[in-house]
Amino acid sequence: MTATIETPSPTPEPEPVVTPAQARTWQIDIPGVTQADLSPLKWQLYLALLAFGIGALMGLLQALERANINLYDEVRLQSYYQGLTLHGVAMVLVFTFCFANSFLSLMTMKAYGRPLKSRLISQASTWSATIGVALALWAILANKATVLFTFYAPLQATPAFYVGAVLLVISTWLVLVNMIWTLADWRKDHPKDRIPLLAYASIISYIMWFLASLGIAVEVLFYLLPWSLGWRDQVDPQFTRVLFWFTGHPIVYFWLMPIYVSWYMLLPGQVGGKIFSDGLTRIVFVAFMLLIPVGAHHQFTDPGIPFSSKSLQWLLTFAIFYPSVVTLFSVVASLESGARARGGKGLIAWIGKLPWGDPAVAGQLLAGIIFMGGGASGLVNASLTANLVVHNTSFIPGHFHLTVGTAVALSIMAISYWLIPYFTGKRLYNRPLAVVQVWTWAIGVSIFSRGQMAGGIEGVPRRTLIQEATYKDNFNWALSHALTAIGGTIMFIAAVMFFVVVFGTIFSNRAVTTVQKVPLAPIINGPRDTWAIMDRIGMWTLITIVGIVIVLGELIFHYWPIWPVSPGIQLW
Amino acid sequence: MQITVVVLGVAIGALVLSMTASHKSLPEPAGRIRPEDVRVTAPFDNPGVRQVGENEYEVVMIAQAWEWVPNRVEIPAGSHVTFKVTSVDVIHGFRVPDTDLNAMVIPGQITEVDVDFDEARDFTLLCHEYCGIGHHRMGADIVIVEN
Repeated sequence: MTATIETPSPTPEPEPVVTPAQARTWQIDIPGVTQADLSPLKWQLYLALLAFGIGALMGLLQALERANINLYDEVRLQSYYQGLTLHGVAMVLVFTFCFANSFLSLMTMKAYGRPLKSRLISQASTWSATIGVALALWAILANKATVLFTFYAPLQATPAFYVGAVLLVISTWLVLVNMIWTLADWRKDHPKDRIPLLAYASIISYIMWFLASLGIAVEVLFYLLPWSLGWRDQVDPQFTRVLFWFTGHPIVYFWLMPIYVSWYMLLPGQVGGKIFSDGLTRIVFVAFMLLIPVGAHHQFTDPGIPFSSKSLQWLLTFAIFYPSVVTLFSVVASLESGARARGGKGLIAWIGKLPWGDPAVAGQLLAGIIFMGGGASGLVNASLTANLVVHNTSFIPGHFHLTVGTAVALSIMAISYWLIPYFTGKRLYNRPLAVVQVWTWAIGVSIFSRGQMAGGIEGVPRRTLIQEATYKDNFNWALSHALTAIGGTIMFIAAVMFFVVVFGTIFSNRAVTTVQKVPLAPIINGPRDTWAIMDRIGMWTLITIVGIVIVLGELIFHYWPIWPVSPGIQLW
Repeated sequence: MQITVVVLGVAIGALVLSMTASHKSLPEPAGRIRPEDVRVTAPFDNPGVRQVGENEYEVVMIAQAWEWVPNRVEIPAGSHVTFKVTSVDVIHGFRVPDTDLNAMVIPGQITEVDVDFDEARDFTLLCHEYCGIGHHRMGADIVIVEN
């Protein structure tokens, strides 16, 4: 298929009922992009949403467990921990990665105004992710991989679990290859132009992730997979944890950066505003890449990590506050420009003039507001001392359900409200329900995280079948559990509403009547004034690598030698 | 510009200050041990409480799926206590709510953390890292008795 999706519709009907053949054609705003170009992206998005659905169902079971209702037998799962593994893998690995693959591929096409260089690579990425998910899902459902999404050695999963994880990561690397190739191709035609901001942010996100993912790649390919296959007898649980967290912190950036792309560049367009600054946006994305090596702040309480590494990476961790505060400033400034253009007045009152009736906007605004709570609670975990109160308690899931669980997940839901019509040519089904949906999620997560955080401060351990805990009567955790159960159930209801809207849209017979647009906003400042050096992507990559070698090298130098003492153990 | 320098200076100063203050509370490399050697190597061949000085105690513990050995320790109030813990199988988590005791127990590594127990009361030691299907059964009593 090479024909572009350009059905001339001079006088669009308000609500045409279309035949299946007609439904395949609709207009989008990127020249030369065909349905065949969009198809792998669409299916990758569907894979992301499938993972979200599975994860949400597991989330409900976990919430009900807090209310002493155990439904694991009913869904044929062996244990709470099997469900928890499914929840973590589906949500933070599959849902987020597949969304990023789909969304930032589309953003790259939009930025250059052309298809990605290789459709084959796009298809390969989707297949790699699909096969990887199928393998990991089988391993988990067969109860051969109840190791949670952190899969800490010496707990050892079946090889299919690790192979699945590798294929999922390869799907992201393929997207990067396509982005680099597309950039090189575009550069031939535009030797002097600045890299469009949208493409720049997308490719920096993927270069960041590629470098960050090398930790987990080494962990799995050199240690865990050969060990699981029986080719290697023993691994070092402390060292594989270092490799895991080398990736495990910047994985958070990889969850967030596609959302930042939307908040910085699209959300302003959706509220009628402008991007505040081209240069500042580029600096924020590069800053995330430079701040890859801070994973040791997840290991403040590890016995094998020297204090020098903990304190160095702790200081670097606080540097992340810089791009976060810049983001707060820039995004709010962009939103304000839109609200004032719509007649907003006053110091705060302009917020009311934002288009809250648009679910794609309301969801992202709520996600951003809740993210402030996520950032503030993150400062607690990141502190060497305060962390001692909350490390590995339910405070941590309380925190990250505000970040990845809402800033990211709720934004993905909101983005889906325009992205699915874009990919399918179908009108969004039941817009009012979609607005209610994003508010329901926001209310649910607020109650849920309040419960989890309070419980964590009072000692509730994370990742624990708490109603069966032998020590639970020594504590008074009832309020925490109640809030967690109520909030988690409300979040599940919001997820069900989301899928009603999604399926209602996909299976609708109401076609879109207008050209489907990526809501890219115009820019107030730049890119003319942006430092030219920002576009030297190779140089920034090299600086990042040097930083990683220094910071990780410091840790490994002090830790040496690697101490492989643990055979694989299955305890489930 | 001056304001930026002052703010950054104060922030970095505060970070460095709290870094030196927090030095004591975190576990630091305290030696390595092979999991299979734990039960025959001192001090882990004889887990339990011993007095090592005036008002100073050492508690040696083994973490294993899914219990702490020993699963009850008694310590007089007003003591400075050093815990030495290691694992014979998978990763466990060492957490005593209402204290600063919070550390990972990782096979191959010895975890050493210390704390002051001032008043007589009961504490619970619980495992806060998933360690298999019985993870939630892994608790122990730390009883601080009147001196």
